[in-house]
Amino acid sequence: MTAGKAADTEDIEEAPSGGLTRNDVIARVVGRFPHTPPEDVADAVRVVLEIMTEALAEARVIEIRGFGSFCLHYYRPILGRNPRNGEPVALGGRYVPHFRPGRLLRRRIEKSRVPIKD
Amino acid sequence: MAKYVDKELPSLTKAQIAEEIHQRIGLSKKECLEIVQGFFTALADSLEEGYAIRISGFGNFTLHDKGPRPGRNPRTLEEVPIEARRVVVFHAGQKLRKRVDGYAAKRK
Repeated sequence: MTAGKAADTEDIEEAPSGGLTRNDVIARVVGRFPHTPPEDVADAVRVVLEIMTEALAEARVIEIRGFGSFCLHYYRPILGRNPRNGEPVALGGRYVPHFRPGRLLRRRIEKSRVPIKD
Repeated sequence: MAKYVDKELPSLTKAQIAEEIHQRIGLSKKECLEIVQGFFTALADSLEEGYAIRISGFGNFTLHDKGPRPGRNPRTLEEVPIEARRVVVFHAGQKLRKRVDGYAAKRK
């Protein structure tokens, strides 16, 4: 898997897939709280994502015990090339969110052999 | 590539996320903490069950199976085989990247 390929796949976030979407995840969280109104749980989950986005937007580290941590990675400006015509293109320094899975999550996933539902 | 963090800011934890939700939508602190906990547990459980997670606007957690490869203990240079394993990779979505880029613009 290359960085280039990764950049392509993220644009098809809405594409139908065997993976879980935001709403699937919300449904799973709602299912864990039978005594809280589903709409409240759903709102709370949406706010979690918003708070995480705000934190990363100020270069703040997010540390979730057992799950992992998010921080920014800085990529220096580079002189890239348009792959189609070879023209040089200046690519400015970029900040990109990075996730480092926690030890517990890594351990749970590395041995998992169930087929990947992507 | 270098790790970049604002060291002035304390890192965001589950407890702080919960406190913030409590202030924004008024659910009890206890419920907020449980939901935050439940959210990350749901993510981890889903990944363990082999589901990739695609949260549009935030990002994708995808799973990749890696083949075995010969490795080396960098300290002793001793060869240690690295077993086949599964890893999780996160790619930030467009909206999150844009918000983070806004930060970069502010620094210049």
